[in-house]
Amino acid sequence: MDAYTALQVVWFVLISILWLGYFLLEGFDFGVGMLIRAVAHDKEERRAVLHTIGPIWDGNEVWLLVAGGATFAAFPQWYATLFSGFYLALFLILVGLIVRNVSFEFWGKIDSDSWRSRWEWALIFGSFMPALLWGVGWANIVHGVPIDAHHEYTGTLFDLLNPYALLGGLATLTLFLTHGAIFLNLRTTGEIGKRAKRIAATVAPVTAVVGIAFLTWTVASHRGGVDAGSAILAAVSALALIAAAILADRNPARAFAATGAAILTFFLALFVDLFPHTMVSSTSSAFDMTLNVSASSSYTLTVMTVVAVLLVPVVLVYQAWTYWVFRHRVSAEDFGEVRTPLDLIDKARGEHPGERPPEPAGPGS
Amino acid sequence: MKGFTAMKWRSTEPSVAPVSSLELARWQFGITTLYHFIFVPVTIGLAICVAFFQTRWYRTGEEHWLRSTRFWGKLMLISFALGVATGIVQEFQFGMAWSNYSRFVGDIFGAPLAMEGLAAFFVESTFLGLWIFGWGRLSKRVHLACAWLVAGSTALSAFFILAANSWMQHPVGYKLEGGKAVLTDIGSVLFNSTALFAFAHTILAALLTAGMILIAVSAWHLRRGNETRVFGDAMRLGLPMVTIAAIVTVFVGHFNGILMSHQQPMKMAAADAVFETKKGAGLSLFATGDLKSNPGGLNRNIEIPQLLSWISTGYPNGEIKGINNLNREYQRKYGPGNYTPIVAIAYWTWRAMLGCAALMLLFGAYGWWLLHKGKLERSKRFLTFAVPAVALPFVASATGWLFTEMGRQPWAVFGLLKTNVANSPSVSAAEIWITLVGFTLLYGVLAAIAGRVFLKTVKKGPVEAGKAEEPGQELALAY
Repeated sequence: MDAYTALQVVWFVLISILWLGYFLLEGFDFGVGMLIRAVAHDKEERRAVLHTIGPIWDGNEVWLLVAGGATFAAFPQWYATLFSGFYLALFLILVGLIVRNVSFEFWGKIDSDSWRSRWEWALIFGSFMPALLWGVGWANIVHGVPIDAHHEYTGTLFDLLNPYALLGGLATLTLFLTHGAIFLNLRTTGEIGKRAKRIAATVAPVTAVVGIAFLTWTVASHRGGVDAGSAILAAVSALALIAAAILADRNPARAFAATGAAILTFFLALFVDLFPHTMVSSTSSAFDMTLNVSASSSYTLTVMTVVAVLLVPVVLVYQAWTYWVFRHRVSAEDFGEVRTPLDLIDKARGEHPGERPPEPAGPGS
Repeated sequence: MKGFTAMKWRSTEPSVAPVSSLELARWQFGITTLYHFIFVPVTIGLAICVAFFQTRWYRTGEEHWLRSTRFWGKLMLISFALGVATGIVQEFQFGMAWSNYSRFVGDIFGAPLAMEGLAAFFVESTFLGLWIFGWGRLSKRVHLACAWLVAGSTALSAFFILAANSWMQHPVGYKLEGGKAVLTDIGSVLFNSTALFAFAHTILAALLTAGMILIAVSAWHLRRGNETRVFGDAMRLGLPMVTIAAIVTVFVGHFNGILMSHQQPMKMAAADAVFETKKGAGLSLFATGDLKSNPGGLNRNIEIPQLLSWISTGYPNGEIKGINNLNREYQRKYGPGNYTPIVAIAYWTWRAMLGCAALMLLFGAYGWWLLHKGKLERSKRFLTFAVPAVALPFVASATGWLFTEMGRQPWAVFGLLKTNVANSPSVSAAEIWITLVGFTLLYGVLAAIAGRVFLKTVKKGPVEAGKAEEPGQELALAY
């Protein structure tokens, strides 16, 4: 039996893209979340920090949900083995994500410092856990975990916490931290931006060292010799990590492009390393799960391909539009004065006269 | 025969540890699903109401509509946040705790889940972000469109999820191949008759829930004479909405009952504890006795003649298949075993759901009549009763899901896969204990906090006319 069909490869690529999109976008959300107390010292500054990702974090997280749903639809055996095998690790990730989600919403709901500080710590915890554990998880997927002939995971949580995987976790943690710090530098003005820049400049070199160490280990330990494609991507990722370290306190826009490229090539190297498998068994290579073994029927894959071809471009367009709408830099001064939506509409009209047709009159306009 | 039917469910399975990983996984699934579904109808229903208020503001430019939009919008967002957070668990737990189920149904079940993400959830979360933060950045027209896109996509989300669930109730468009269900027709899965009814039922439930919240919150404020304009608007929307949605639910429910008698007769028989097949069966309102075994142990107190037959078949003298007859039929078809759900649960959850729906119908109609007569704001009795009445839609939803899911047992997928072989073989009972306790504690803490924030927002009422709100409440509604 072949290891894969063309349609299965399409879906492996698509699921890889969903994960790449998730890590590229949610990566800076995690970084911003972890840094909220470090870069912002008072209520106004922290509100500004929340506003840099407020409009977009939820949309970014959907990339994960769709990656999960697409894996279930296209590779149910992969979904079943991975999710039941990494049971407790996923539980910790879910707890992190839940705590993080509600911390955004609850932070401003009660006007008290202790209330807000509690939710800031919740946000830090909820960003830290997944940022670390996604790296641990993916390192284990690529490196192999104990899986038996029935595609069932036979290890425990502690089998996942091996040195290689922990290094992978540290790599994603520092990578997302740097990505988030540079994002904050790019998206804010004043003191927040300065502090974010200092942090980025400190963390970026560490990230480069950890990331390169992990990628080297990945390339060197690939079963059956070095995989050329994965090695090239790892090398590009290493260069991007070095570039980010150099650019972090010089040019935030380029540094952000560098961390973005580093994240994409980092995970691409992992996906290429994994292909044509979905799970690698450390028990016996006979138990490795190929795309073919993991996949849905070609009918299901065809249906899902039609759906994806129709919808993914639309999703990309409106998500890009959201980023365009909220492209303005955020500053703590924006939150000193209290305004209503009506004032904001007035302000927007004053800034762009004649841009929109006259609106129905409301009080305050 | 008598001895056989008296057997408890699953008694033919080899007995395992005191609490098996299967039992724990079922508890976890039940808790997560019921918890998630507290927020689902609130979000779907309120999103529609908020979009309606905003449309009124867009059309008229009158500020009280804007204040309504923002007030109810805040409540919707609190519910949305928790719905999203628990929705992730919902998606992941199939693979985590039910891997055999996932392997068996993945070819079919995964597709609507992935479609939900691509077609609905991306829209929902992106446009909600645009709606929250878009005041002043987007034109009024585009901003209003965002509100409607959020409302539409939350409803669409429910459609895909219900299509997936309906396949478990009534599998269609598949063949069995290599011990797995394989999709043969996606159209039948998405437009499964069960799914269409479940969707109509759920959207109506969402409207009922949102309507009851509008009424309860408004009643609390009107009783104190607060903001009569904003809360009068909410009453004028909520009361007709509850009344009409409840009436339509009765009709949809009736046809749904007929459909279920065809597709899952055992569930319908268990719902009324009909043990032996009979024609012209009466609807039992209240029964005592041993619901587990034979009619001998069942002591009917109150029964409406022939109503059950009418509900289930459309004819007063229609035949209702009995639990015992069906069990024998299934044993011939699927092999030895007990195919009876826990009758007491099916019987009482079904009654609780219908009872709540009936109360909401009466309550809504009475309130609408008071509103029509202009007596609503002076009717202290109605305004006082309206606050606790908000529990009705939640009880109805919870018992409705308990009925539909537990009434399907012992099947995970009706006729194809039993629940007791659907869980994850690689996950131990200890691991599920950890997550069961962890999730339950987390849900409990979040419910307490969300409840506190929700009540605080409710009591605070809408932003003062023409005045700004306190910092933290302005600008973004949320942050």
